Amino acid sequence: MGCARDIVEECGVARFVFTDFPLGNPCGKPWDAEMQRSIVGSALNLLDRAWMPRTTVQTPFRWDNDAWRDAFMRVDESNREALAQEGEERRRRQAEAKTGR
Amino acid sequence: MGYLRPYRSFVSYIDRSREYYAAQGYSKPYAWAHHDDVPFTPLRKPLSGCRVGLVTTAGRTQAEGMIGAGRLMRESYAESANPPPTHLFTDDLFWDKEATHTDDVDSFLPVNRLAEYTAGGRIGSVSPRFYGVPTDYSQSRTSQGAAPRILEWCREDGLDAVLLTAL
Repeated sequence: MGCARDIVEECGVARFVFTDFPLGNPCGKPWDAEMQRSIVGSALNLLDRAWMPRTTVQTPFRWDNDAWRDAFMRVDESNREALAQEGEERRRRQAEAKTGR
Repeated sequence: MGYLRPYRSFVSYIDRSREYYAAQGYSKPYAWAHHDDVPFTPLRKPLSGCRVGLVTTAGRTQAEGMIGAGRLMRESYAESANPPPTHLFTDDLFWDKEATHTDDVDSFLPVNRLAEYTAGGRIGSVSPRFYGVPTDYSQSRTSQGAAPRILEWCREDGLDAVLLTAL
């Protein structure tokens, strides 16, 4: 069960239940037991019925809105400079940690 | 209702993360696992007679998942599923912290939902333990270290099948 379709399918797995949600809740929305039961049920059906590897099933569920699709790890002119600075800062901290300073 | 789109609808995390880390100045992109041959094993008995388990990428405790905590802190683990966990550590993992949360364990490790399928007889039983393989970006440590260890635990617990859930 997962939400990162390209990563899982590139890797290749025997059976894959894909839910098109933001990363974090591959087994259903938080506190939505009915949806979770349905997704686990899809996984059990696939376990039972798939006959060849790389079988992907997509569940019918949709997130409340699509804003997350463009927002996640977004890179554009508004944040390009900030991201470059973040990277510099992280490398500086890692170098310091390595030299034990 | 159908739509016409000049692009694929689902997010490509391989493309997205490569562009993101490049913008942070990392010139060498992460190389993702790719297999031309994928193993497949059909169930050997009816699902109603099978014992089924779960594997998660979440950590047990904060210490095990902390960034920079090192290799030992990312060791795979087996933990009792009874009582089921009410919280697992996911803060260091690659998931969408703006769009959602992981406060409900069943949204990423459905221990309670899977157990409900024993009541109706859809599966025979659930594993007494669940298994964790906190994300390790080393593919060799995952495939040669964590995977055989988890397989061994699954065999100790008499499992017929296991469901893997990736955050």
